[in-house]
Amino acid sequence: MSGAFLLPALLFLPLVGGVVVALLRNNDKLAKLAALGFSLGELVLAVFAWIAFDANGARLQLTSSVEWIPQFGVNFALGVDGIALVMIALIAFLVPIVIGASWEEKLPEGRTLGGFLSLILVMETFMVGVFAATDVFLFYVFFEAMLIPAYFLIGRFGGPRRTYAAMKFFLYSLLGGLIMLASVIGVYVTSADVLGKGTFEWAKLAEISKDLSPTAQFWLFLGFFVAFAIKAPLVPLHTWLPDSAAEAPVGVGVLLVGVLDKVGTFGFLRYGLSLFPEASKQLAPLVLVLAVIGILYGAFLAFGQSDMKRFVAFTSIAHFGFIALGIFAFSSQSISGSVLYMVNHGISTGMLFLVVGMVMARGGSRQFADYGGMAKLTPVLGGLFLVAGLSSLALPGTNSFVSEFLVLVGSFPNEPVFTILASVGMVLAALYVLRAYQQIMQGPVRGTALVGLAGGPGSATDPESDTFKSKIADLSRRELIVLAPLVALIIGLGVYPKPVLDVITPSVTATMTEAGVTDPVVAQEGDK
Amino acid sequence: MLLAQVEQVQVPDLDFPAIAPILIVLGAACVSVLFEAFLPRSARWAAQFGLSVLTLVGAGAALLAYLGDAPATGVTTLAGALAVDKPALFLWATLLILGLGSVFLMADRRVEPGGAFAADAAIRPGTIQDRAQATTVMQTEVFPLALFSLGGMMVFTASNDLLTMFIALEVLSLPLYLMCGLARRRRLISQEAAVKYFLLGAFASAFFLYGLALLYGYAGSIKLSAIAAAAGGSDRSDTLLFAGIGLLVVGLLFKAAVGPFHTWSPDVYQGAPTPVTAFMGACTKVAAFGGILRVFSVAFEATSWEWRGVLWGVAIVSMLIGAILGLTQTDIKRMVAYSSVAHAGFLLIGSIALTDEGRAATLFYLLTYGFTTLSVFAVISLVRDANGEATQISSWAGLAKRSPVVAGIFTVLLLALAGIPFTSGFVGKFVVFSAALADGMAPLVVIALLASAVAAFFYLRIIVLMYMREPEEDGPTVSLPGVPTTITIALGVAVTILLGVFPSAVLDWSVVGAFVS
Repeated sequence: MSGAFLLPALLFLPLVGGVVVALLRNNDKLAKLAALGFSLGELVLAVFAWIAFDANGARLQLTSSVEWIPQFGVNFALGVDGIALVMIALIAFLVPIVIGASWEEKLPEGRTLGGFLSLILVMETFMVGVFAATDVFLFYVFFEAMLIPAYFLIGRFGGPRRTYAAMKFFLYSLLGGLIMLASVIGVYVTSADVLGKGTFEWAKLAEISKDLSPTAQFWLFLGFFVAFAIKAPLVPLHTWLPDSAAEAPVGVGVLLVGVLDKVGTFGFLRYGLSLFPEASKQLAPLVLVLAVIGILYGAFLAFGQSDMKRFVAFTSIAHFGFIALGIFAFSSQSISGSVLYMVNHGISTGMLFLVVGMVMARGGSRQFADYGGMAKLTPVLGGLFLVAGLSSLALPGTNSFVSEFLVLVGSFPNEPVFTILASVGMVLAALYVLRAYQQIMQGPVRGTALVGLAGGPGSATDPESDTFKSKIADLSRRELIVLAPLVALIIGLGVYPKPVLDVITPSVTATMTEAGVTDPVVAQEGDK
Repeated sequence: MLLAQVEQVQVPDLDFPAIAPILIVLGAACVSVLFEAFLPRSARWAAQFGLSVLTLVGAGAALLAYLGDAPATGVTTLAGALAVDKPALFLWATLLILGLGSVFLMADRRVEPGGAFAADAAIRPGTIQDRAQATTVMQTEVFPLALFSLGGMMVFTASNDLLTMFIALEVLSLPLYLMCGLARRRRLISQEAAVKYFLLGAFASAFFLYGLALLYGYAGSIKLSAIAAAAGGSDRSDTLLFAGIGLLVVGLLFKAAVGPFHTWSPDVYQGAPTPVTAFMGACTKVAAFGGILRVFSVAFEATSWEWRGVLWGVAIVSMLIGAILGLTQTDIKRMVAYSSVAHAGFLLIGSIALTDEGRAATLFYLLTYGFTTLSVFAVISLVRDANGEATQISSWAGLAKRSPVVAGIFTVLLLALAGIPFTSGFVGKFVVFSAALADGMAPLVVIALLASAVAAFFYLRIIVLMYMREPEEDGPTVSLPGVPTTITIALGVAVTILLGVFPSAVLDWSVVGAFVS
């Protein structure tokens, strides 16, 4: 198949963009336009890649490979399967939206928007790289390199506790990454033992690693597992996420939760199930327990949050539980559901983050308690908040419903107990989303962020007066343009998920073959 | 009768092309001493600097010329006292180029007006004469000292018997002790550092010598190969052998600043003039590990089962000490010292792998680490306030705002020390750990990776300070470096990034095969 240039282009275009934008950073307007231009160019490339991809074709497509460090059999090898392709498409889709949403971002003193956007573009390169790498060494390199722009984005441009959050984020990820490095080297050394010449090529490793002894598989997988469990995040290792997401600027939060964390779940599929099938099965009960704990615990904590950004972070932890559940339930429906969930979660949580950011941009506070009755002042924002919320709680008709349903239906035959427990999480989701919506949007206009402190400057303001309404304005045209594509996808994929599922399913089937698992006999035709 | 006697005296074979680099460096050191004695003061700096640069470049050229037709397995010369083989040549090349970088740093007279060294080191600190000399130009005796030390290092890495090694150890150490006491500013801690280094170094030398004596008692020879042959199969006393190995290795580990034999390094790194610290951090490390590699591989390989367990422990201790104590440091030079203790632990892992991969990995790591360290200290020497270098970590706050270029460069270097991909530090760690893993040291590798994660915290802390804090009112400023310092920094950063992205060529060079004996 032609189109081998597409992935390298997707990889390097944002990097070039990052450099250009960094050079233009003294001119805000030009820098913004350049950043947007590059990110839209990336989106166009992603569309081409989508077209060039043949869902029923080879396992890895659009491949290209250049020798990098021949002494260690390291190649700069790129290629995608359906799962990686949808993730790259998601990245390419979200980045322009994030840039649009950050158009008038209030940054800490002394920081330029150009610097911010340039880092976003550099991060896009590494994110694409993580999903496009078919060489385990290259994957590791991107995995770690991704931390650096993310670290600076949080630490330089974030909220009041940004240094702490950035440090915590970096150390957690680095720790996971270094443990993974031990396994990466281990895989290489093993391949050298088996093949005579070591390799990092994923496809070759997938062939030989299945024949390893279960103990060797277990230890090698464990290294990858810890890194992915931190990234994904599974429950005892999740504590960095709320801090990072809360302190990161809204746009970075979208990418952090929407894409960066998916590396963990993607890794479970590509480097867990396919490379170490026996070990994955061995560790599955542990993951399932953690996943269900994540679903319930995340939901409870989301319900109890007083900070809106932390709230979104905890809803994500609950959602990641569903994704992990689907992957480790080992049926084609559940895994397809999980992959679709990865996309949908990026869209709906991304949107939730953005609308929360828009609320905060108006009220200037992150606390729920400072808001109330906002829908009266900003009906459109209120409506879109509701759309994002409903998508997040997986209302039928929205995108998340399809994926959550697939995960639960697919998991049930193999893991009935865990599935039943997990479905409680659906109810809890309704609870926390609606509570948040009610607090911010419903009822009479109230809260210090909207009407000012009692006795303070805003206290005497009549909520009905025009001056007040002009201060808390409804969505601007820019904000509408930013949110419109997300709403379209939420509803579009809710009604007609087939185009995405068609791309995902063959890869999921292939992954299952590699993992040596088959669907349980009771599996039905399901959604077909 | 007379004729017969003359014939009995064998003049040892001298392979001049092979040892030309050493001869050039040591010969130039002697000339340099003469310069110091006979040239007028005003002409000395230019003459000494020029001579040093010419020497190192010339020695490098001699090395390259020899490399073309060097026998693949290496040769021994000077009656078997020196072994010039591929590892030695690689180490020499590394030493020469790192030495060149250090000489550039020493020669800079712009960062610290007049140079980083005292005009007359013998004057007591704090006296009137001392204040008077603060404004006069530096003494240039540091150049011959550096050349002697470098010559000693080169002999050290190539010495094929323990006595040559001991003499080389002294030749490389004694000038270092002196150089530590030459700082222009803060002369008290500089002299304290010199005394401390000298006393502890003398102890370490004594250990080495004692170990040498015991091994001679065991094997009846000081040749590395003879010791190996004796240990290979004999009914001699193992006590002598193991006590000898133990004492000898303590002496070596001391020079390499491997924990728990590192206690001198934070004080000395902090007190010594920064160009000298850079020289020690880069070149001494290379020489010491070059020597360790040779001794382990040639003399003690047969007994590796017995001592490897102990060195596992030493490596673990070194990594943990470096990583954990590094966290608590408030002085940046001390912090880098502890970081180097952690790195010494990593290097030791590669050194005890005793495979071709292990050797290649250690050599590669030494090269990358040397360049990064050199530039780290060069950058440290630039950040100054009214009292000289601002080595308090807290005073680096907000440096990115005042001097984005320096902060950017330092960030790259710190990331390299932390081993982040796309820097040479990552590739270095990767090759060392994969060699170790292939040799069955998985637990050690895991501990090393955890130690790297801990150590990353203190590198990051500095990045946080530089980028995420506001600068203080009376904070330090960045001096404009002179040309020599700029060259060293540029070289170091370029190598750090290039070897991170395209390491292939150097990885090939570092595959040197076995030592000759």
